[in-house]
Amino acid sequence: MLSEQERKEIEAHARHYPNNRAVCIEALKIVQQHRGWVSNEGIADVAEALQMKPAELESVATFYNMIFRKPVGKHVILLCDSVSCWIMGYERLRQHLGDRLGIRPGQTTADGRFTLLPNVCLGACDHAPVMMVDDAHYQDLDPARIDQILASYQQEEEKSTDGNTADA
Amino acid sequence: METPLTHNISPGREPPDLAQYEKAGGYGALRKALGMAPAEIQAAVKESNLRGRGGAGFPTAQKWSFVPMGDDAPRPKYLVCNADEMEPGTFKDRMLLEGDPHQLIEGIIISAYAIQADVAYVFLRWAYKLAARRVERAIVEAYRHGYLGKNILGSAYSLEMHLHVSAGRYICGEETALLNALEGKRANPRAKPPYPQVSGLWGKPTIVNSVETLCNVPHIVKQGAEWFRSLSRSDDGGTKLYGASGRVKNPGLWELPMGTPLREILEEHAGGMRDGYQFRGVLPGGASTDFVTAEHLDVAMDFDSVQKAGSRLGTGTMIILDDKTCPVGMLLNLEHFFAQESCGWCTPCWSGLSWIEQILQDMEEGRGRASDLELLESHTRLLGPGHTFCALAPGAAEPLQSGLKYFRDDFERHIHEKRCPWSPT
Ligand SMILES: Cc1cc2nc3c(=O)[nH]c(=O)nc-3n(C[C@H](O)[C@H](O)[C@H](O)COP(=O)(O)O)c2cc1C
Ligand code: SF4
Ligand code: FES
Repeated sequence: MLSEQERKEIEAHARHYPNNRAVCIEALKIVQQHRGWVSNEGIADVAEALQMKPAELESVATFYNMIFRKPVGKHVILLCDSVSCWIMGYERLRQHLGDRLGIRPGQTTADGRFTLLPNVCLGACDHAPVMMVDDAHYQDLDPARIDQILASYQQEEEKSTDGNTADA
Repeated sequence: METPLTHNISPGREPPDLAQYEKAGGYGALRKALGMAPAEIQAAVKESNLRGRGGAGFPTAQKWSFVPMGDDAPRPKYLVCNADEMEPGTFKDRMLLEGDPHQLIEGIIISAYAIQADVAYVFLRWAYKLAARRVERAIVEAYRHGYLGKNILGSAYSLEMHLHVSAGRYICGEETALLNALEGKRANPRAKPPYPQVSGLWGKPTIVNSVETLCNVPHIVKQGAEWFRSLSRSDDGGTKLYGASGRVKNPGLWELPMGTPLREILEEHAGGMRDGYQFRGVLPGGASTDFVTAEHLDVAMDFDSVQKAGSRLGTGTMIILDDKTCPVGMLLNLEHFFAQESCGWCTPCWSGLSWIEQILQDMEEGRGRASDLELLESHTRLLGPGHTFCALAPGAAEPLQSGLKYFRDDFERHIHEKRCPWSPT
């Protein structure tokens, strides 16, 4: 079942369209936002709420690149693999990120912290190479800059773990 | 030199909020427009020679003229702003979305008024998170100040506007696929006719225009068609956002007179090639345009001139190929993109593109055969205009057919040497 919060958010968007079906992509994104990915249960929940057939919703969900039908890590790294970034050193960065994280593109680190996905042009080609981590764009990348960025996510998490211990 | 589109934009800074936008003269064009008849606005846009900035360059007023008008027209009518921008090498609309969202909203309202639309959607790509926040905020501000909603500024005209954030798929930028995406379906393109102007979103009259196109409209209304034409160095009115990426000294984005020569953009604005690199060719208008080479550097970057040079102005954002980058590898990267993003509706596209990708991959890995060049050429013909449902496949054929023409030696070397001459051994 959809949570109260999910239902509320979906209803707010549904007002923008003349029928329920049209909000299905937004609804999938909302469920993904709350649950990390869209499981079969997520599909069933949304389908029920919008009175769609699950198979119909499934065919929409699988069409779009950014609806995750498999679990992803806490942070999703989208590394641009399109032409300008490729010219400016994409392959070297993919190698470097893979080595640092100990995974291949498409995989999630064993500790569940990072998923690395190659992605089409992120729209910042004049600052190639480019990647996104969750909602943030990072531009003009090189291996050193990537190490810095990964470290900043690590520090942030250590800080929040410290906070938890202090509270306890 | 006047730069109306980017006048309020300073990169890295917050965009003007509503008060600042108004202070700079914003929404003045809307006030003026509401005092004009819709037909008068269409006439001004026609006279301005504004051609669509989404890639195909279709005259904007002509597109609008197919929308049924008058009391008997089917309702509601829709205007959709195409802010999908997923073509590799293209990054111009992002600047307008992030840098001056009210300019876009004002452009949408005036354009919607010109066709008497009732509802407008901004169809935004998933990755533009900052743009999403800023456009959403600007829409809320515009509603609050009476620029949107019922009886705009006390007039008889009403318009609702919503932001739709997509979920990532290049084909959503194709205008009929975009309509399916908005309706909550798989984004397969639709057969034409009927054209969206007559039967679009939910079967109702719909106009789809690109971000940059719509941003031009307030300026045309405010300062007149003649002024707009005078901004240009060609017959197409206005300025153009031109961009450059690749190994140039100063990659970036510039608003310049339409028809600025390629050489001037590359040398003066992009600063020429980086030290140690030579220019070999350029995709002048994004990933789906034909290469041009050094012999074309004096071409004026407007729709007709670039076409005469054998390519397309497209989005006006150019991708530069240098002498230390393998042209076959670059084409492999491009065709991989198109193959991945094919919606799968027509066989020549989905099957042909993955075949092309495989041939290029083999060639890069030293398994190229003499017959491959002919095979690739026949593919570019089979993917050409008229063989597929939409323009994705012909777009994918463009860099390949021109690459085969201009970089033939490089292909042949791959085949004879059984390796990529650029990759370290
Ligand atoms: C595969 C494909 C992707 C497209 N992507 C975009 C896009 O992201 N933005 C855009 O404005 N036009 C895009 N177009 C062009 C649109 O179909 C359409 O021509 C354009 O939005 C019309 O706007 P205009 O008349 O203002 O140029 C794309 C076309 C194709 C075939
Ligand atoms: S040309 Fe390609 S993208 Fe366009 S409809 Fe056919 S299969 Fe889909
Ligand atoms: S090609 Fe990487 S951001 Fe455009």
